[in-house]
Amino acid sequence: MTPKFVQKLARNGIAWLLSLFTFLPLYLIIVNSLKDQMGASSMSIALPKELHWSNYSIVVEQGKLLQSFLNSLLYAVGSTVLGIALAAIAAYIFARNQSRLNRFMYFFVILGIAMPINFVTLTKVMQFTHLINTQLGMVILLAVMSIPFSVFLIYGFVGSVPRELDEAGIVDGCSPLRLFYSIVAPLLTPVIVTVGILNFMGAWNDFVLPLYYLNDSNMWPMTLAVYNFFGRFSVNWNLVSADIVLTTLPVIIIYLLGQKYIISGMTSGSVKG
Amino acid sequence: MRNKIYPFYFALGTVGVYFIFFVVPGLMGFYYSLTDWNSYSDTITFIGLDNFKTLFSSGENYVSYIINTLNFTASTVILKTAIGLLFALILNEGIKLKGFHRVMIFMPSIVPMLVVGLIFKSILNPATGLLNEALRWLGLDFMAQKWLVDANWAFKSIIGVDTWKGAGYIMIILLAGLQSISRSYYEAAEIDGANSWHKFKYVTLPLLMPALVVTTVLNLLHGLKVFEAVYVLTNGGPGYATDVLYTAIFKEFSMGRYGVGTALSSLLFLFMTIVGYFVIRLMAREEGRDQ
Repeated sequence: MTPKFVQKLARNGIAWLLSLFTFLPLYLIIVNSLKDQMGASSMSIALPKELHWSNYSIVVEQGKLLQSFLNSLLYAVGSTVLGIALAAIAAYIFARNQSRLNRFMYFFVILGIAMPINFVTLTKVMQFTHLINTQLGMVILLAVMSIPFSVFLIYGFVGSVPRELDEAGIVDGCSPLRLFYSIVAPLLTPVIVTVGILNFMGAWNDFVLPLYYLNDSNMWPMTLAVYNFFGRFSVNWNLVSADIVLTTLPVIIIYLLGQKYIISGMTSGSVKG
Repeated sequence: MRNKIYPFYFALGTVGVYFIFFVVPGLMGFYYSLTDWNSYSDTITFIGLDNFKTLFSSGENYVSYIINTLNFTASTVILKTAIGLLFALILNEGIKLKGFHRVMIFMPSIVPMLVVGLIFKSILNPATGLLNEALRWLGLDFMAQKWLVDANWAFKSIIGVDTWKGAGYIMIILLAGLQSISRSYYEAAEIDGANSWHKFKYVTLPLLMPALVVTTVLNLLHGLKVFEAVYVLTNGGPGYATDVLYTAIFKEFSMGRYGVGTALSSLLFLFMTIVGYFVIRLMAREEGRDQ
C-alpha cells in the first residue's frame, strides 16, 4: 500500500462518486417510470416491485406524444438542415475572402453568441412575416438562433481546408457555387457533423421559442408537451417520469452515439491556447 | 479576383435572416420601450421614459429581478468554475475508464433544462423528495429544508440545480485544457524545487488561463440569459423572490404589458451587447492568431 496507490484509489473513487452523482437523477426517473401510482408517489430510488410498462402506452395516448414527437422531429431536422446550409456558406465566404466588409459581417454575426433575444418585439416580426403560430416559423427561428455559433465553429474549420484544392477546382472550370458544394463542402464533413448534432440537440431541447410563439397544442414539441402534461398529471409521478424518459431518450441516444463529436464541438475553440 | 471566386453576396442570405430575426427585434425594442404598447388597445403611443420610470420606481420589484439575475450569474460562474476546476485537477491523471466517466459527467449538460427542472422539483420536494429523505436517513434532519418553497432557500436551490447541470461541462473543458499542458513544464519546475502548490500557481494556472477565460464567458452568458431553470423550478415564487429578468419579461408578455416587457428586454440587450462586443472581439482575434 504505497501512498501513490492510495492516491490513485482515491482519485478513482471520486470519479465513480461523480459519475453516480450525475446519473442518480436520471436513474430516479427511469425506475419510477415503471412503478404504479402509489409506488411512484414518494419518488424513491427503490426498484419497482413489478414493471408497469403500461405507463408508457398511457402517456403516449394521454399526452398526444406521437404528434409531439413528430413535431419535435420536424423542428429539429428542419432547423438543423436549414441552419447548417446558411451557416456553412457564410462561414466559407467569410474565411476565404477576408475583405473589410466580410470581416465586419463575420464579427456582426458571431456577436449573436452574446446578444440576448428580445422575445417581445420578435412577436411583431413574426406577425409581420406571418410566421407566428406556424411550424415553418418555428423551423426558421430555431435555425436562425443556431447561426452565430455554427458560423463560429465552421469558420475555424474552413481555414484548415487547403486553398490549393480551390485553385485546382477553378482551373477545372468550377463556378463559385459549384466550388463550394462539390469541393469544399465535402471536406467540411467533420465540423458539419459536430455542428449538426449540437444544433439538433439544441432544437430538440428548446422550450422557450415554442412557449412564446406556438399557441396551438397540435404544433407543440416534446418539451412543451411534457411540461403541459406535468401540469395536468403532477400527482402521477409514474406517468410524468415515463413522459420525461420518452422526451429525453432521443437526446441521450444521439449523445451516446455521437459523444465524441459532441464533446469536441462543445469544448472546441476553448483549448487551443 | 477573390470577390469573383468567393462572392460576398453568397453570405447575404445568412446575414439577412440573422438580421431580421435576431438584430431587428433588439433594435425595435429601443423604440417600443418608449411606448405604451400593450395587448388591450391597437394604438401605440409614445410615452417617453415612463416605462423605465416604472422599472426603477420603488413600488415595483423590477430592481430585485435585476439583482437576482446578477446574483445568479455571479454565483454560477464562481461555483461552476471552482467545482469544475477542483474535479478537473483530481481527475487529470490515473483514472481508469476515463471515457466512461467523461460520458457520465458530461451527461447533465445535454439533457433539456426543462427535464432537469422537473426531476429536481421531485428531488427537492420537502416531504417526499430524495434529498430530504437522504438527509433524514443520514440523521441530518436539521439540514432538511423546504428547498423550493422557503424564500431563503429557493434561489439557492435554483443555483444549485443549475450548477449540477453545468459544472460537468466546465470540468470537461478544463480537463481538456489541463491535458494540453506539456509534462516538461512540471518536470522543469520539479528540478527547480517547486512543490505542488508552486506547480499549480506558476505552471497550471497561467497555462490554463485561456480555458478559464472561455468557461467564464460561457457561464456569464448562460447566467444572464437564465430562464427555464427558474420558470420550471419556482416560476419566480415564493411571491417574486426568485424572479429573474427573462421570467419577468415572460410574465409581462403573458399579461400583455408589452411596453414594460420590451423596456426590460432592451436593458438586457444593451448590457449584453456591450459586454459581448469585447468578448467576441477577443474570440475573433484569438482565432485569427491561430491560423
